[in-house]
Amino acid sequence: MLVELGHYALILALLLAAAQAFFGLAGPALQRERWLAAVPSAACGQFVFVALAVGVLVHAFVTNDFSVRYVAENSNSALPLFYRVTALWGAHEGSMLLWILVLTLWTMALVARSRYLPPAFAARALGVLGVISFCFLLFTLATSNPFARLIPAAPDGNDLNPLLQDPAFAVHPPILYMGYVGFSVSFALACAAMIEGRRDQLWAHWMRPWTVMAWAFLACGIALGSWWAYYELGWGGFWFWDPVENASFMPWLIGTALIHSLAVTDKRGLFKSWTLLLAVTAFSLSLIGTFLVRSGVLVSVHSFAADPSRGIFILILLVVMIGGALGLYAWRAPLMKSAAGFDFISRESFLLFNNILLTIAAAVVFGGTLAPMIADTLGLGTLSVGPPYFNPSFLVPILPMLSLVALGMHARWRRGGLGEARRPVLLALGAALIMGLALSLGVYAHPLTLTPIGATVGLWIILAALIDPIQRLRRRQRLPASVAGMSIAHIGLGVFVLGITFVQSNTIERDIALKPGQSAQLGAYQFRYEGGQDIEGPNYEGFRGKVTITRNGAPVSVLYPEKRRYLVQGTVQTTAAIAPGLNRDLLAALGEDVGAGAWSLRLQYRPLIRCVWIGALIMAIGGVTAVIGRRQRGLAPQDERLALNAGAARLHGEGGAR
Amino acid sequence: MNRFLLPLAGFVLLLVVLLVGLKRAPDKSILPSPLIGKPVPQFTLPNLFDDTKPVSSESLKGRWLLVNVWGTWCVECRAEHQVLLQIKQQARVPILGIDWKDQNEDAMAWLAQLGNPYERVATDRDGRVAIDWGVYGAPESFLISPAGTVVYKHIGAMTEQVWQSEFLPRVNAPAGTAAPPASPLSAAGASGRGA
Repeated sequence: MLVELGHYALILALLLAAAQAFFGLAGPALQRERWLAAVPSAACGQFVFVALAVGVLVHAFVTNDFSVRYVAENSNSALPLFYRVTALWGAHEGSMLLWILVLTLWTMALVARSRYLPPAFAARALGVLGVISFCFLLFTLATSNPFARLIPAAPDGNDLNPLLQDPAFAVHPPILYMGYVGFSVSFALACAAMIEGRRDQLWAHWMRPWTVMAWAFLACGIALGSWWAYYELGWGGFWFWDPVENASFMPWLIGTALIHSLAVTDKRGLFKSWTLLLAVTAFSLSLIGTFLVRSGVLVSVHSFAADPSRGIFILILLVVMIGGALGLYAWRAPLMKSAAGFDFISRESFLLFNNILLTIAAAVVFGGTLAPMIADTLGLGTLSVGPPYFNPSFLVPILPMLSLVALGMHARWRRGGLGEARRPVLLALGAALIMGLALSLGVYAHPLTLTPIGATVGLWIILAALIDPIQRLRRRQRLPASVAGMSIAHIGLGVFVLGITFVQSNTIERDIALKPGQSAQLGAYQFRYEGGQDIEGPNYEGFRGKVTITRNGAPVSVLYPEKRRYLVQGTVQTTAAIAPGLNRDLLAALGEDVGAGAWSLRLQYRPLIRCVWIGALIMAIGGVTAVIGRRQRGLAPQDERLALNAGAARLHGEGGAR
Repeated sequence: MNRFLLPLAGFVLLLVVLLVGLKRAPDKSILPSPLIGKPVPQFTLPNLFDDTKPVSSESLKGRWLLVNVWGTWCVECRAEHQVLLQIKQQARVPILGIDWKDQNEDAMAWLAQLGNPYERVATDRDGRVAIDWGVYGAPESFLISPAGTVVYKHIGAMTEQVWQSEFLPRVNAPAGTAAPPASPLSAAGASGRGA
């Protein structure tokens, strides 16, 4: 009974989404003031009913209601309670529900902030969000109903995929979706600006905090996923250029470009149409990612159960949402004329380079992801595109981009040159060069050609990002949150670049069969296999090995890698054991039992790998700092509203004249 | 031409690629098995209904046979059970069940309640034999030739359509020639959409 109520709640949410879309878009168009008032109410109601549906499904999981097909397929009575809750997003149907819940959360946030926006503009943006929500609710109800019954009920469930039985799985999808779906707000604001045909750049000012928040969530989500893959899959890598990883990475790259081009549009009124296009593209790439993951066109470790009928349905939704927005763009973007100009060496031009190079990088990833499909389409046979393509091609646009970061941060607006920042920036470059060479030639031996370059660029970015805060501190000036946020984010980028550089050039990997008592040497570290024993968990059985690590005879760590067989699905899973450290990770994973007590082992030494995730986290912290600070710094609400009303009045005047 | 139309044009191009990709989406259930073309793995397992007559890999030879790996704990197995009963009624290919990681009482109760499509049922309590067969998860079905080689493997629930388009053509093909797998399009036409 409760399950059917959850289903009805979802249907009611669909109807409310339709109301939100209709009143939000038709109200301003037909100038019905009263219709505008209905939009926030519809949005709130929609949130309540979606939350109710999610609650019902969680309840079904917690109470082991195996008469619900989705529960029976993704849970088991032996599954610990915690994973029974997170199993909600363990497969396609439930994760769609999570997607929609996150969308309604962002919608609620926009409703809460809409008093700072002109009413008609806010209504249009919420209307666009209503269209998106309607599409996804319709898709879920029509092709992927999580509340479908299984009659007769199964005596017990099929269990959650063992890979997903991990604490990281509790947070990775929600945070990733917060990022992915968060770009829907930027998308909606861009669409609203285009529908209104706004000639000012106020929309860019409104869009900035939303974009940065979504971008920060996405950075966290991707980093979390990478870290999870690293320790859970036991492969030792942290990025595989898997189609689904790429699907989350492309919106992030475009989102990064968007943040920077928004700065130009907001401050100087330039790049307007380009910024709108990026805002549409960032969310479109999220949607295309959804299509790629769920339609079965690409093979990936992340793939959900393939169903071609779903693919066609999503494709139609893509046409409605992306096609609609791009059509709007073709119609309205010509209106967005930029008045001012800028010098060749100015902040504007550096941000333009940033945009161009990031877009090229996203295109490189996009091309590589779709290439196997295109080759198959053209009958060129099956093509496998992996790290050998992505690693070098991605560097081509990204390395110049990174080299320009330090200069771009300090270039002046409009006028040419670096101005007074010239000296400290060049000093920072000198210091970075010396430290980079010392690191790559001294501390970490046997580097690749690119290692000193990567180390120097990473250090230069960090040092250059510190110039502004240090100068302001010395002059006893306030450090505005926007400057602090930018500095923090760029320091994060530098840390990230350092991490990638050294983990790529100085990692040592060995696959070796060891008997108890035998050992292997990796750099300065000695790995000794001590033997192992059979183990039994709540829903698995397996083998646990013991590996002790010493460095020059001094004990460093003891690792217990495991190999588990999950009883219900019969899947075998390797759990790598990792001794983490800020300067290096040591890793051991079990391969196969090769007989006579010996096991094949995969042993790894990975320097500075933590910097990859810490860097991403610092970038996200920088973004959040800028957004939170901006609110405190900004105009008092009533002043801001006055300013906006003035802007709106101006706009109405223009509209009348047209 | 208006340069602001270019993104839309790019999107249309992308749509065409995605649409074609979707049409040609690989069917995940025909994952090639390394076993195909090879003799069935050696095994001897207890017989669910008769302790005195164990089921061995030798006894599979001499006629076409469908080997179906199932368990009472498996949701999809319940979904495919009706199809297996229909295959039994056609009396073309007998079915050997491998009851995987299950309890004998549960298995007997299940067959008593839902009907027994199997000629014989071997019980693989600890799942060792299923590992030799490369079983990812139940249900999976293997087509075994009279010579005792694995001809085809299907992952997931057996459906009327899969049986008509992938299994029967191979059984009907003249001995010694590898039956061409029916293309997805012709399969959809031939199945009568009964699945």
